[in-house]
Amino acid sequence: MCLAVPAKIVELNGTVAVISVDGAQHKVDVSLIEEPRLGDFVLVHAGFAIHKWEQSEVEEWEAIRAAAGLRGVMR
Amino acid sequence: MKTLVPTINELARSVGRDVRLMEVCGTHTMSAFRSGLPQLLPPNVHLISGPGCPVCVTDTNYIDAAIALCRRPGVMITTFGDLVRVPGSSPTVSSLERERAAGADVRVVYSPTDGVALARENTAKKVVFLGVGFETTAPTVAASIVQAAKDGVRNYSVLCAHKTMPHAMEALLHDKEIKIDGFICPGHVSVITGAAMYRFICEKYRIPCVVAGFEAWDMLKAIEMLLVQIAGGHAKVEIEYSRSVNERGNIAAQKLLAEVFEECDAGWRGIGNIPRSGLAIRAKYAQFDAAKALGVKFEAARPHPGCRCGDVLRGVITPPECKLYGKACTPADPVGPCMVSNEGTCAAFFKYDRRAGA
Amino acid sequence: MMARDRILLAHGGGGSLTRELIEELFLPAFDNPRLRLLEDSAVLSLKAQNYAFTTDSYVVKPYFFPGGDIGKLAVCGTVNDLTVQGARPLWLSLGLILEEGLLLADLRKIIASIRATATDAGVEIVTGDTKVVEHGKCEGLYINTAGIGEIVTAQPLSAAGVRPGDAVIVSGNLGEHGVAVLSRRDGIAFQTSVVSDCATLWELVKRVLDTGADVHAMRDPTRGGLAATVCDIARASGIGIRLQETALPIGREVRGACDLLGLDPLTIANEGKVVVFCRGADAERVLSAMKSHPLGQHACVIGEVAEKPAGVALLHTAIGGERIVDMPTGEDLPRIC
Repeated sequence: MCLAVPAKIVELNGTVAVISVDGAQHKVDVSLIEEPRLGDFVLVHAGFAIHKWEQSEVEEWEAIRAAAGLRGVMR
Repeated sequence: MKTLVPTINELARSVGRDVRLMEVCGTHTMSAFRSGLPQLLPPNVHLISGPGCPVCVTDTNYIDAAIALCRRPGVMITTFGDLVRVPGSSPTVSSLERERAAGADVRVVYSPTDGVALARENTAKKVVFLGVGFETTAPTVAASIVQAAKDGVRNYSVLCAHKTMPHAMEALLHDKEIKIDGFICPGHVSVITGAAMYRFICEKYRIPCVVAGFEAWDMLKAIEMLLVQIAGGHAKVEIEYSRSVNERGNIAAQKLLAEVFEECDAGWRGIGNIPRSGLAIRAKYAQFDAAKALGVKFEAARPHPGCRCGDVLRGVITPPECKLYGKACTPADPVGPCMVSNEGTCAAFFKYDRRAGA
Repeated sequence: MMARDRILLAHGGGGSLTRELIEELFLPAFDNPRLRLLEDSAVLSLKAQNYAFTTDSYVVKPYFFPGGDIGKLAVCGTVNDLTVQGARPLWLSLGLILEEGLLLADLRKIIASIRATATDAGVEIVTGDTKVVEHGKCEGLYINTAGIGEIVTAQPLSAAGVRPGDAVIVSGNLGEHGVAVLSRRDGIAFQTSVVSDCATLWELVKRVLDTGADVHAMRDPTRGGLAATVCDIARASGIGIRLQETALPIGREVRGACDLLGLDPLTIANEGKVVVFCRGADAERVLSAMKSHPLGQHACVIGEVAEKPAGVALLHTAIGGERIVDMPTGEDLPRIC
């Protein structure tokens, strides 16, 4: 239930964004995030973005997935 | 990755005694089992699953109330998928899934805002969203109520059973049957609340707390960090999941929670009443509180006799120690929520482990 | 007939409208000598020793999805069931249950799809039936098929023949069909570029069989995905199956969709993939044969068969742990086949 997935903002319209998880796209509410921008990576839970990642944090996550032999690269 | 397990082994050796680390998040339970993590741990390090599954800690009378509601004509229940198969009270056991098969309008949604949208589209129906979940989910439900209020969606309401973690964690520490040497703190709850929330556990009870992410690697790292603290006799809050969690948390989400909810006492399945561990909808938003707006009565909870979900949730027994596990209680035919919930401890054991009965 | 634009109850009545449907839509599409006779049954002359016989029903919702439709799916599913039994697919029956009000334009598209897929697969539709039910009693249309194929393998393929030491090989990326269908399902509302892998596998499998490799069993991992397949084989044969998580071929987009929806890619349906259990030493041969075919580009070894744990499928996880591959409960993805 605390499932939250990292996703990239690919469209932004006020408080509604379209995010993409490796190509799977969905609409989410970004009103809980400070200054969301196109291209930002956010954590998505139940249709809301709850946290914004900096680039270094994205890289940390990708490194963890790569070390596990699972791809975590997001476009 | 390659050095983590050997390091954990060494630390465990240097600590020497049995170490019991409890995670209190259903998603951590699932992540651990899905990656086969428990078997990788040294024999004196025990990973215990606590009351981290919000569906599992919701008493049967909540499901009964939801079922009673969906039997009313003109009511649509909207819910996260997790609740649909959970059995209600004995002896006439039903579930939302069974009610749906009998013709009730029960819709699984991905977000509470989907519930508001359905209310907009179905003005003749009373649309009730089942508000279950911890601090990660409660802000999204709060947002749906604010949205409904702003847009005048009068037929939307929430049957609220949200709960919060810190007092529950404290209650576990007072429970004489449970011994906990360290907490793996819930990662996404902490995104909202901030990690500072756990400081009182370290200061008052001298128990180390590490906030962990959900990749298997994250959990292993958190276990390593806990063992380092235990070996060194420390007790502080550390953040393993630093890419998502900081001390303060998400202020906007916290403001939303404060706007819509207030603290209340809450009954946790198997633990009993824990003061100030629940969220109730403020009077200001009473018309969106399904219990008030639709006159819902909560009867006494009547779980199945023999069901030991409560003991599993406190980490007092492991699922195979329940007499019903794998026999009368299986994922196909669940007796209690720990088996049917996507994140229930019994479901995790049954799906991924089953050493005691494969 | 074609002045009407929707199916009526009378189209299923066995009278003149049924006749119209047969003569103006089905016969031209599936034309072959047996069907042209329009007898109550098709007469077949069987020459080989053993035949495979299968039946399937298709209720996929929605019936048009990225990469295919219910018609293409019906032919692929039936042909593949025969194929994995080691049989060259020959003849299909086609039973249609149509909803009153179904657009004839939709039916025509689906029939054309069935025709194209059957032609590609080298099978003939030799007999059929059409019924129409009242509006609301089925969603658009349901299809039932039965198929007959000629067994070409010297030994029958069966779960019972799977042995410790066998390699477990999959012909390509997992989870595409289920994700593609889900993305078009009302109420889920997510977009993806994933397309169903719906395809007939006889040509691919023939190349594998022609290598002379010692193939013990094959399966197409449809409903319940790879998880259901390995659980079935492990249970039926009493051996253990050990899969390597890092070897599983899962495309980035499928993984993204699964992450978004909280699904396990192992449990998601495939409609154009085959899982082969062959003698370990023949794995390379089987892989080369698969890769020589367009549908097998991403073929790989994903695990092996072991004596223990008996009857159980295990996954060796990326962090070096181990967990059971459980039989999926089946209700996460309703109406995908």
